[in-house]
Amino acid sequence: MYLRNGDRPRGSRLSLRVAVLGGVAVALFAVLFFRLWNLQVLDGDKYLAEAKNNRTREFKVIAPRGDILDREGNVIVDNRTSLALQLNTEKLPEEPAEEKAVLARLGELAHMSLTKVRKAIREGEEVAAGAPVTLRQDVGFYLVAYIEEHQREFPGVSVQRVFVRHYPDGTLAAHVLGNVSEIDEEELKEVRYKNLEPGDEVGKAGVEYSYDRFLRGQPGLQKVQVNALGQPTPGGQLVSKSPTPGENLKLTIDPEVQVAGESALASQGLPGGFITMNVHNGQILGLGSFPTYDPSELIHPTQAQVNALYRNESAPLTDRTVEGLYPTGSTFKLITATAALENGVITPNTVIDDPGQLCLGEECFHNAEGAAYGPLTLVPALEVSDDVFFYTLGLKMWNTNELQDWAHKLGIGRPTGIDIPVGTDGLLPTKQWRDQLFKEGETERPWSAGDNIQLATGQGDLQTNPLQMAVAYAALGNGGTIVTPHLGMEVEDAAGRVLKEFDPKPRRKIHIDSGTRSVIMEGLHDAAQGPGGTSEPVFGSFPIPVAGKTGTAERPGHADQSWYCILAPYPNPRIVTCVTIEEGGFGAQAAAPAAHTILEAYFHDQIAAESREAGEGSEGAEESGETETG
Amino acid sequence: MYATRTRQARPEPFAVHIGIGERLGLAHMDWPLTIAAVGLVVFSVFTLGQATQNDVPGSPHYYLDRQAIYAVLGIVGMLLATRIDYSRFRELRVGIYTFLCASVSLVFVFGFAARGSRRAFELPFFSFQPSELGKLLLVLALAGFVIDGARRGSAVQRTVRYLCLGLAPAALVFLQPDLGTSMVFVVATLAVMYFGGVPWTHFAVIGGALVALIALVLVVAPAVGTPILKGYQLERLTSFLHSNEHEDGAGYQQNQSKVAIGSGEFTGRGDKATQTRLDFVPERHTDFIFAVIGERYGFVGAAFVLSLYALLFWRALRITTLSKNSYGTLVAGGIAVALLFQTFVNVGMNLGIMPITGIPLPLMSYGGSSVVATFLAIGVLQSINVQAHLSQRGRFAW
Repeated sequence: MYLRNGDRPRGSRLSLRVAVLGGVAVALFAVLFFRLWNLQVLDGDKYLAEAKNNRTREFKVIAPRGDILDREGNVIVDNRTSLALQLNTEKLPEEPAEEKAVLARLGELAHMSLTKVRKAIREGEEVAAGAPVTLRQDVGFYLVAYIEEHQREFPGVSVQRVFVRHYPDGTLAAHVLGNVSEIDEEELKEVRYKNLEPGDEVGKAGVEYSYDRFLRGQPGLQKVQVNALGQPTPGGQLVSKSPTPGENLKLTIDPEVQVAGESALASQGLPGGFITMNVHNGQILGLGSFPTYDPSELIHPTQAQVNALYRNESAPLTDRTVEGLYPTGSTFKLITATAALENGVITPNTVIDDPGQLCLGEECFHNAEGAAYGPLTLVPALEVSDDVFFYTLGLKMWNTNELQDWAHKLGIGRPTGIDIPVGTDGLLPTKQWRDQLFKEGETERPWSAGDNIQLATGQGDLQTNPLQMAVAYAALGNGGTIVTPHLGMEVEDAAGRVLKEFDPKPRRKIHIDSGTRSVIMEGLHDAAQGPGGTSEPVFGSFPIPVAGKTGTAERPGHADQSWYCILAPYPNPRIVTCVTIEEGGFGAQAAAPAAHTILEAYFHDQIAAESREAGEGSEGAEESGETETG
Repeated sequence: MYATRTRQARPEPFAVHIGIGERLGLAHMDWPLTIAAVGLVVFSVFTLGQATQNDVPGSPHYYLDRQAIYAVLGIVGMLLATRIDYSRFRELRVGIYTFLCASVSLVFVFGFAARGSRRAFELPFFSFQPSELGKLLLVLALAGFVIDGARRGSAVQRTVRYLCLGLAPAALVFLQPDLGTSMVFVVATLAVMYFGGVPWTHFAVIGGALVALIALVLVVAPAVGTPILKGYQLERLTSFLHSNEHEDGAGYQQNQSKVAIGSGEFTGRGDKATQTRLDFVPERHTDFIFAVIGERYGFVGAAFVLSLYALLFWRALRITTLSKNSYGTLVAGGIAVALLFQTFVNVGMNLGIMPITGIPLPLMSYGGSSVVATFLAIGVLQSINVQAHLSQRGRFAW
């Protein structure tokens, strides 16, 4: 009808041809729709599973952690590379018999029994489910080559180059550094580990923990297209992001002080701790605890190592310097003296008679070793560490909380703000505290004068540690600044450029009268270097003038604990050192000699210069002594 | 006569106002056809925008921007073509045919090679692939020859002449080498002949010859050591028959495409799509874009796209019957079948039921030449529709 032109094709009818073509089109579209329905709706789940299965492998490229350096730039912790044999358990065959065969072959290769392989997998899954399980560290190249050639026999097995923390100095500064290990499930939920994944390593203690975000790098990512056998297809590298290494952390640690302190503790062979700190800015020059441990053992500890570290009675993992809970003995007298002078309980000239004991009703408090020094003022009382003098001060202040107020101000029983994790802040016994306990029936008596007499000499319920004592001593030494003790000094990039400096503000400032300060400093100086001083046998001949106080703490069930806190140089100190040694006896017996070793290391150059001058003539020695004090 | 506007002759008792639609020639466009074509290209731009963000580093909208420009160019081209009376092309058939053969030949000299084949000219803004436009040109010229020579020679002579005219440019394209497009040329030739009234018996003979040729190319020639197709072409053509055996080669691609589409299930995986996002499916912005749609938008999205193609083809086929003259019927038929063929082969390839031939999906696949040429072809269909209305014929619609 519609092809009326003369050029209408002959012998065919258009409508038929259109109808045939329409029919063909309907058939073709039907085929496509049917096929589409078949693929997507009927078999969709199968293809979805296939798509999800193993089409890309993401290889995480691990970023090396930053190094940790001492203040002079020497490396304390760095990394070494290691080849680790890893197993992705999700890729294991589902058939138990096949799985067993794969694990057995793997065990043979790694020199592990089947039971051991299974145990390693189980333990790995507990630490971080879903992450590849590390079967063995430090595998050799021959093994790598073998596995790569026989990939089909070892589904899910890979060899990865990993960075392992390396401690060139072994146990040096172990408690400061802390350790690194795989992130656990609880940590993964924390905000500070937001972008981390199972299998990542994080700092678990010490500066490794607190400066983790600087030290930890950013892992790179390499996606590789793989075929059904899990082999990378040629040219199939999809996305690749190179890893960003962690930044280096420079600590305030002075290597000579640290080594001296640790060896001094080790030579005593008794549990204890030490700290050396700059009194003005809180930089910690040395901090150690004995017994110590090797942090490298905590990266992938064996059961035997876990037992040795965690179930050891001497608790090598505990940092006694920052987490110890000890009475301090007479080193506390600095605080008692400050409280008494500042509150006007006594003046520097107040004379108190020491008949050898202070009796409170039937209960008598004696001097150590039954000594009796007769009438004396504060300075000689500090020099000889007269207990009755301080008992009397404790008694005078027993009901006023003045002693506790000053101890609190100076930081006893409070967080210090140190930049490593601390589990406990100790205890400063107060009237309120004990009365509350008594009310709750936790103790048999309320606060009494006896409690305060005990506290005045650092005994009784007091629980503190060398760190808190060092902060208190530093406050007296610097004239009233409660510094924030810290270990982190700078963050640097790999090229040594400083990215960030740490100079934490003081916790607070307190007012200590300069008269009070100089009287107490004089007393401490006499105690260390005066003729009758308690630590004169140790420090009497030390070429630098110092101010130090011994302490002998009585701990129920233990032999006496030796304490020593010292400010140097006298009278304007730069550093404070506190040492405690459990069961070390008198302060002058164990702790003071250890402090002596540390100070020798710190003043090493100065002492050497002076001894050279001393060789030239005795006058020279005196002159240089004068300049030191200035 | 063809170009005469006969509006005034129409009985229009009320209409005196000539609207902008009239002026632009939009009034008698086939709107379902327009909607299907524009809908497809919009969906293409949308899909490319979502699926190719990471393809060109630093330029997440690379394909999106370009395809959008091509789409706009194409739509403008379609509107222009709508306004031209297609019948003029019949008079220009010799010139068109010459230009067609020259342009597909010139790529051998001036074309730039992409993946071992010379198909396109490098122009400042995009590379122009003459064989894409060639599909339309071949239909326009061949339909002219068919109408013109309808009374010369015997039926057999005519059939042979048409075949030769159609197969010459097809052979040139085949030598570029571009197997897929040359197949479209062959199919378009057969379609024009089909609508030109070539007897069924001739088609039976041609069909038999094709089967023999395929057997020769795929089985006999390789067996005797004188292969006609290149190895990869042969592998692609046959791999869909046993795709699981070719995990690494051509079958691997097709298998990946199948997995991609299947994994989309009913509603699609959206941005969770991995197969087409992570490079498992090659050429995902061009030949395998249907796999992207299948994975991202699921059965819902893929069926929607197929429905648009069905609509497109239905309207094109309808226009063959509306045409005011046989030339329009032949042109519309050639375009319709070429579109149907490309759609079926491409989607079938994505679905793993057709061989990999490198035929783009009309209006969906990324590429300026293909998008613009397809829109021009649809513009010619529109022109046939417009002219039919203007000549007051074909007022009975299906």
